[in-house]
Amino acid sequence: MEIDYNVQPPHLYPEYKSTILRSPTQPLVPVAEMLKDKSLPAFGESAIGKFDNDLTKNARKDHDPIGERIKVSGKVMDEYGRPLRNVLVEIWQANSAGRYIHKAEIHDAPLDPNFLGAGRMLTDQEGRYQFYTVKPGAYPWGNHFNAWRPNHIHFSVIGHQIGHRLITQMYFPGDPLFEFDPIFQSVPKQARQLLISKFRMDWTDAEFALAYEFNIVLSGRSKTPFE
Amino acid sequence: MSTEKLQQTPSQTVGPFFAYSLTAAQYGYDFNSIINGSLLSDEMPGERIYITGSVFDGNGNTISDAMIELWQADADGNYVTQYPNIPISNINFKGFGRLGTGTNAEHQFNFTTVKPGSVKAQAPHIDVILFMRGSLHRLNTRIYFSDELNDADILLNSVEALRQYTLIAERKEINNTIFYHFDIHMQGEKETVFFEL
Ligand SMILES: [Fe+3]
Repeated sequence: MEIDYNVQPPHLYPEYKSTILRSPTQPLVPVAEMLKDKSLPAFGESAIGKFDNDLTKNARKDHDPIGERIKVSGKVMDEYGRPLRNVLVEIWQANSAGRYIHKAEIHDAPLDPNFLGAGRMLTDQEGRYQFYTVKPGAYPWGNHFNAWRPNHIHFSVIGHQIGHRLITQMYFPGDPLFEFDPIFQSVPKQARQLLISKFRMDWTDAEFALAYEFNIVLSGRSKTPFE
Repeated sequence: MSTEKLQQTPSQTVGPFFAYSLTAAQYGYDFNSIINGSLLSDEMPGERIYITGSVFDGNGNTISDAMIELWQADADGNYVTQYPNIPISNINFKGFGRLGTGTNAEHQFNFTTVKPGSVKAQAPHIDVILFMRGSLHRLNTRIYFSDELNDADILLNSVEALRQYTLIAERKEINNTIFYHFDIHMQGEKETVFFEL
């Protein structure tokens, strides 16, 4: 069993209206064990640019981007807690005013000419990644009247096996919008805390950036762990 | 080492705004892309093909904010992960591609690749990973080829006979260029088969 629906959202979650016409109605077809072993590609260090993991610098023109500077870091692991190295982690987010640079975004909040909101890096030998960025703002969306997304950073992760491919969102502790957000609420209650980063005073860069920890566990094929 | 499993990180939708990070070059954003719609370089041997198609919602409308990834073996049936010690950015064949559906009027994707060889007695195929606004999960499906012998394929045969056609891309030759057309239907009569992976 790879997809654990005690933890994962359902495909159809009517409160998130776009799922109604975009989720499969037929059950997923099970795959024979022997076909689940497929590896995903490894990416080379040379593909990653120098500032790709520093969103406060990678689109900087004449100023630092406006907003509360933060460091977001953590570990990518399999379900047995084994660190996954050389995993491609890509992120994207709104700026500190809650505005995406995306051309289809129409929310009336200011763009920041020094901030793109995109980053990527490979995990190191211990499965660790680390980004510098600014804390994203909340933004409204059209799901229902006065719908606002909690502050979040989008994460895309390409691990080692076909079951390791994950796209998710990282949230910030104590956000008052959690209870009003159907995308967050689509996750079963007991698993929601897995999407909330942990504030780490001990990981801050003193007098420079606050720190949040977000660990990622990928649901691969259940191979016997190391003895 | 303990065998107690950790809880897996829940999946969330890719949302509508992935383009400037995940497919930035395709959409014209100022951020380079390390994965794009070409799965190979020019020197790659094999039959050059294009994989085209659209993603349709339950009303039959094309979806403009889906993201599709393809993953396949080369013409000899080898994945790059089987190549000796070469990271993906340094070789002619990547076997991995990614496109959003938002950059043309028909919301089509159009990948450039070579026809894969058969792998471990399976019919030639391409694995498809699909994300979109309105989908809370990664969805996995597969492309098979209309001009191949697919009868003995173990995965295709695990799908009920009446739905197998949703996994077979139709070969078309236009001006000596070979296209395989593969539409993805989220719902309805032609609903595409998705796999539990
Ligand atoms: Fe978002």
